[in-house]
Amino acid sequence: MNFFKRYIYQIIFSFLICLYIYYSFTVYFAGSGKYNLSSGQKELDGQLIWQQKNCQACHQIYGLGGYMGPDLTNIISDRNKGEQYARIIIQNGTQRMPKFDLSSAEIDKLISYLKQVDGSGKSTVNPEDIDEFGNYNLAEYKNE
Amino acid sequence: MNNISFRMLRFALVLLITGLFLGVIAAFVFFDTGTFNSFLPFYKLRPLHVSASIFWIFTSAVGGLFFYVNEYYEERKNDSLLLKIASVVWVITILSIFISFLTGNFGGREYWEFPPFLAIPILFCWIIFAAIFFGRVFSKQGKTPVFIWMWSTGIIFFLLTFAEANLWLIPWFRENVIRDITVQWKANGAIVGSWNQIVYGTAIYLMTKISGDESVAFKWPSFFFYFLGLTNLIFNWGHHTYNVPAAPWVRNISYIISMTEWIILINIMQSFKSKLTEAKKFANIIPYRFLLASEIWVFLNLILAIMMSVPAINIFTHGTHVTVAHAMGTTIGINTMILLASLFYIFSKRDPQLISKKRHIITGLLWTGNVALLVFWTALIIAGITKGYQIVINKVSFETAMQIIRNYLYVFAFAGIVIAVTLTYISIILLRANVFVKKEAQT
Repeated sequence: MNFFKRYIYQIIFSFLICLYIYYSFTVYFAGSGKYNLSSGQKELDGQLIWQQKNCQACHQIYGLGGYMGPDLTNIISDRNKGEQYARIIIQNGTQRMPKFDLSSAEIDKLISYLKQVDGSGKSTVNPEDIDEFGNYNLAEYKNE
Repeated sequence: MNNISFRMLRFALVLLITGLFLGVIAAFVFFDTGTFNSFLPFYKLRPLHVSASIFWIFTSAVGGLFFYVNEYYEERKNDSLLLKIASVVWVITILSIFISFLTGNFGGREYWEFPPFLAIPILFCWIIFAAIFFGRVFSKQGKTPVFIWMWSTGIIFFLLTFAEANLWLIPWFRENVIRDITVQWKANGAIVGSWNQIVYGTAIYLMTKISGDESVAFKWPSFFFYFLGLTNLIFNWGHHTYNVPAAPWVRNISYIISMTEWIILINIMQSFKSKLTEAKKFANIIPYRFLLASEIWVFLNLILAIMMSVPAINIFTHGTHVTVAHAMGTTIGINTMILLASLFYIFSKRDPQLISKKRHIITGLLWTGNVALLVFWTALIIAGITKGYQIVINKVSFETAMQIIRNYLYVFAFAGIVIAVTLTYISIILLRANVFVKKEAQT
């Protein structure tokens, strides 16, 4: 009992560290839920191009990134934009976005990455998709 | 003695001025992107601003830590060679990061946009900082105050979460898009929690010094809130991933844990009266004024954080300028205010004239800067909610939404200038302090 009282803070701290490690590994191995599509080499290369050109400084994926440009999670399936639109913008730039001089092979890879992201879910959630407990009901978009 | 601390703190101030200056430019790039694209495009400017700001926090926090550990344990140890080497490597690495951005070499991850090999010297320095810190702390007997726990936690969790932020280098983590996004949010959310532990620990330490009452650092309520903060560090990052189709329990756990922040908010409200008495008692102490400003910002940002954690509200705030408001409100309003309090406390130990000569100017700059920050913060919140509402409910395009919030962004940008001018002036006052004592004078 004395031991417990004396080392109570150390015990709580150790417990939280163990919990952190356990939760981290659970997130790594089970956190993506039922989404189990693996990216191929082309998509992985596309993501590296996305990172090397620092696209996330201006754009977002699922809200992660800068706010200079639009969220690109669903740019490919956007009825008003789509793949061709994305290709043209990447190739030529715009008044606001610089031209990055990517080769057509690099653009293909980048588009493949964006397609993979697009297929994983929707970045914008509608108010009617929140259940009575305040949780998001994302089932209609994903394979949960 | 402790000269490394002072050199690190002065370098941190240069980073703060750099971060502020780049932040002001970045705000105006929103209005005329095309012109800036030819010489300093936003994809280079943003990482420069973000990195300068993050390293201001880490460098000033760590620099302060080594001063405080010596002060607390009443030691007059000379700076070790290892600490000197680590500090030099730290500075060189930060400068290399800036060069990499200017030359267009990116790693391209949020917060840590530099090429991943530069993470190695950062980890190297941090391990040395940790080894020196724990070497001093563990050699002591007796009860450990809460601020030492918080500093230790911040140091350990920075190591863990910074390593986690680099897990993307293992292809398995990137192969699944959802895993990649989730782990990125997890690491970044917890990294913020880790520097908050160091900075809040510093605030508690300063309060014990200002009040002359150390007992609060040993009482159980202090430890309760420390452990609550640690629990939030571990779990509450998930409120950034509500729209990510990860496993539902990631969202649910985060939602529940985020709501424990109500306990902190209620505690702040309950202690309001005693805070008023405390404020009257210590009002003439400059570091206390900075701490008081930080407490007001803790209160405001906590309300914002709780609101953002409610899913029904989060759909209008996520991925909007509300997130920027929260980030700026905490980094400037809380972290920077506490760290400036820390710098005034430390520098005035070597230069007692520092505060007495400029008391009125410092106070004027402090409150002008904070009023400007309030305008800046409010403009961002209104801009963010308007943008979120327009996109989610009215289904307008990104371009239209940006046009609608343009005027709020003007207010934000001009308030940013006032913040930058006031905090730069304060930084210059600190940089001009006479903190380097000749060796003979020290002994």
